[in-house]
Amino acid sequence: MQRFIGRDQVRPDGPAKVSGRAVYVADLRVPGAWVGGTVRSDVARGVLLRLERDPAFDWSRVAFVTAADAFGAQGGDNVQALIVDDQPVLAERDVNHWGEPLALVAAPDRATLEAALAAVKPVIEPQPAQFDPELATVVFKTIRIVKGDVDGVFRVPSSRVHVFEGTYRTDSQEQLYIEPQGCIAWPADADGSVTVKGSLQCPHYVRKALARCLGIAQEKARVVQMETGGGFGGKEEYPSVVACHAALLARACGRPVSLLYERHEDLAVTPKRHPGRVRIRAAFATRGELLALDVDVLFDGGAYTTLSPVVLSRGCLHASGPYRCANVRVHGRVVATNHVPYGAFRGFGAPQTCFAIERLMDRAARELEIHPFALRRINALVAGDTTATGQLLEHSVGSMQVLDAIARSSGIDRHAWCVPRATTGSKARGLGLSFFFHGAGFTGSGEEMLKGRVRVDLLADGRVEVLAGSTEIGQGTNALFTAIAAEALGVETADIVLATPDTARVPDSGPTVASRTCMVVGGVLARACRILRERVGDGPEPWRERARRFLAQGGDGTATVTYESPPGLAWDDTRYQGDAYPVFGWAADVAEVEVDLDTCEVQVLRFWTAVDVGRALQPKLVDGQIQGGSLQAVGWAHREVVTTRAGRFEQDRLATCIIPTTLDAPRFDVTLVEVPYPHGPFGAKGVGELPMDGGAPAVLSAIEDAIGVHADHLPATPERLLALLEARCP
Amino acid sequence: MKPVFEEAAPVELTLRVNGATRTLRAPPLRRLLDVLREDLALTGTKEGCGEGECGACTVLVDGEAVLSCLVPVCQVSGTEVSTVESTGLASIQQSFLAEGGAQCGICTPGMIVMTKAWIDACRRDGVAPDEDGARLALAGNLCRCTGYGAIVAAALASARGGGAP
Repeated sequence: MQRFIGRDQVRPDGPAKVSGRAVYVADLRVPGAWVGGTVRSDVARGVLLRLERDPAFDWSRVAFVTAADAFGAQGGDNVQALIVDDQPVLAERDVNHWGEPLALVAAPDRATLEAALAAVKPVIEPQPAQFDPELATVVFKTIRIVKGDVDGVFRVPSSRVHVFEGTYRTDSQEQLYIEPQGCIAWPADADGSVTVKGSLQCPHYVRKALARCLGIAQEKARVVQMETGGGFGGKEEYPSVVACHAALLARACGRPVSLLYERHEDLAVTPKRHPGRVRIRAAFATRGELLALDVDVLFDGGAYTTLSPVVLSRGCLHASGPYRCANVRVHGRVVATNHVPYGAFRGFGAPQTCFAIERLMDRAARELEIHPFALRRINALVAGDTTATGQLLEHSVGSMQVLDAIARSSGIDRHAWCVPRATTGSKARGLGLSFFFHGAGFTGSGEEMLKGRVRVDLLADGRVEVLAGSTEIGQGTNALFTAIAAEALGVETADIVLATPDTARVPDSGPTVASRTCMVVGGVLARACRILRERVGDGPEPWRERARRFLAQGGDGTATVTYESPPGLAWDDTRYQGDAYPVFGWAADVAEVEVDLDTCEVQVLRFWTAVDVGRALQPKLVDGQIQGGSLQAVGWAHREVVTTRAGRFEQDRLATCIIPTTLDAPRFDVTLVEVPYPHGPFGAKGVGELPMDGGAPAVLSAIEDAIGVHADHLPATPERLLALLEARCP
Repeated sequence: MKPVFEEAAPVELTLRVNGATRTLRAPPLRRLLDVLREDLALTGTKEGCGEGECGACTVLVDGEAVLSCLVPVCQVSGTEVSTVESTGLASIQQSFLAEGGAQCGICTPGMIVMTKAWIDACRRDGVAPDEDGARLALAGNLCRCTGYGAIVAAALASARGGGAP
């Protein structure tokens, strides 16, 4: 009988959040702190000739830092450490994107800071910039996945083989966490240690970046996560930039410096979802079996590598969808342009490719005159099948269960999809389906290399402190870890204490990304707790008494556990073959839309989703993840526009960067399907990213049902829909 | 770009904040948001955009919901200002906890204050609180975590919970 698993707890971070007591980085009051700002390029590409400083301004009142001041003699590298060392902390000569950081300023107050920033003029000799990824010549990463003989299928002409093609484009998307980026850095203390507190997902990423930039040991860089007002991937890599800048300023002025972005700056310069172009060619048998898939993926990486190679990897690994296919070829590349670097955003490459395969399935359904639900069901991967990389699906394959559940809840299987109906009035309604999966945890041998660790400490009063680098960013890490620890230890939730993610105290559990916090880190936590419980021993007395006695008798109250891969996983990174992920989450979405026939405005009325998460450890949290992620996907489908002009984001204020409101959001109907994963904690898999994958194709499928056009470009704005309608009726 | 407004000489202002009388000196065009957060250390009120689009900075001025990033402090002299820290919001706060209406928490103070304004308006106008009404009332408050379902549920639960929220 489980007491906490599957039963909702009040989230430990909740009371402070609803009462206004929760402390975010902008809420910190640091005596003597100065405020920081960033001097940026105003062109997308060029050569920085000099930074002209107005001699009328009294520069002795502020700290001014350029690459020349910050590196060299001071030690440290002008490198934003992440995957590839191509991004400088501050540009030296070459400018590669609009808004690139060129210099930093710190001042005692905001008015002085604004005056100083206004008194600097970068002189940049512009150079031709590349904004078209199709023409870009610098390739950050190429990926090739091959299974079977794709050309063999396409080569043989046959009346029984039906070939469909499509090119599917996805524009960028802004994470739009409601709390902008920000960090506060302190100058080195007597011990040489530098502290940074900030709004961030991955404290140990920031630590690594700080150590490299400042030329100090990682142990001397202390990173503390403050309450974080949303991340969605947007606070995976970028906080390292903010932290390095704040730390350089703190070193220069010898005081704490707070570097808090205003919304405009955040929207203008922080990484967003990679724009994608996915070309698919697919061969089907007359009865709908998928025979071959040939997929070409192109992502715009922007000016620097950032996380692009791994985003491309996840995109390619999800490009053939949750479908059985003997012959698959996926070729992917992510290229350099002079756009602001793109980066992590929930889904991490998969939403772009999932959109393409799902739209192509709809096209095939229409042409083959097979119901889209039936076509998915015919081709759905099931236990015993292998994926495009040859991964044998053994555990927790909830594909059929989610399809059956979505049919029951939404009735999509009985809906006459794309059958012309009499329309009355000026609005048309439609229903659309998507079916998708998402790998939980790092790709390939990533978890094996990360070796995420968790520590549990028995405190003197018998409570147990959980020390992990995983962060609470709204998704519910704190409630989840409390429930897992209490269940595994057999104690009350009041016996669990969660340590603040502070790199000086907590071990590196790996980043809070990739739908891994529950399944991977939660699994390590459960093991650590079971080890401690075994040491203390069960008995009739309450836990705290037993624990105190155990400590009094000299027992070791600390257990540190490192991730161990489930048995039998193997991944070949050079050939992209094998077990791409430990396990997949499975889901199906149905959207109901109403399209205004005069304006082509789309309203998503209802949204059903059926999701296999293995086991919902905290059902309300899972529900929140699914609804929130689905709404982000719905927003991307038709409403959230992100465009660039001359390398600059055009939607750089909240007045123009639109996300759904309460009035835009559909009513959600969530069905949790639980097919337990034996190697996850209490059967759980990941859920964070999964709901981002399916919403957009479901909405576009519903639009196709409503007005008959096959939209192939996200977001499907009224302008784009109108153009498709006009093309159909010249 | 706040500082440009703050060059006028400070004036003395008196207002009531969460039931307590506060007298302070501030430039007349200083944003109410900054007065609350910086001068009065009431950091529960959040800044999400600084231009009146996100609703995170919503507070009540004489019972009416306003965006404190758009209100110069001179306009609230002599008024009663209520923020998320106000003790009168306990039952709404409980509803947000119970329904899962707070995830990352940054929009939550504004949502809670706006819910209070909506419930009061329903009572004043004799309107039965319903989901459409809650959605309309909260339409100016952006949330990126929840998909709004749990927030709307929390607002409805607060409205129907009886008693003074």
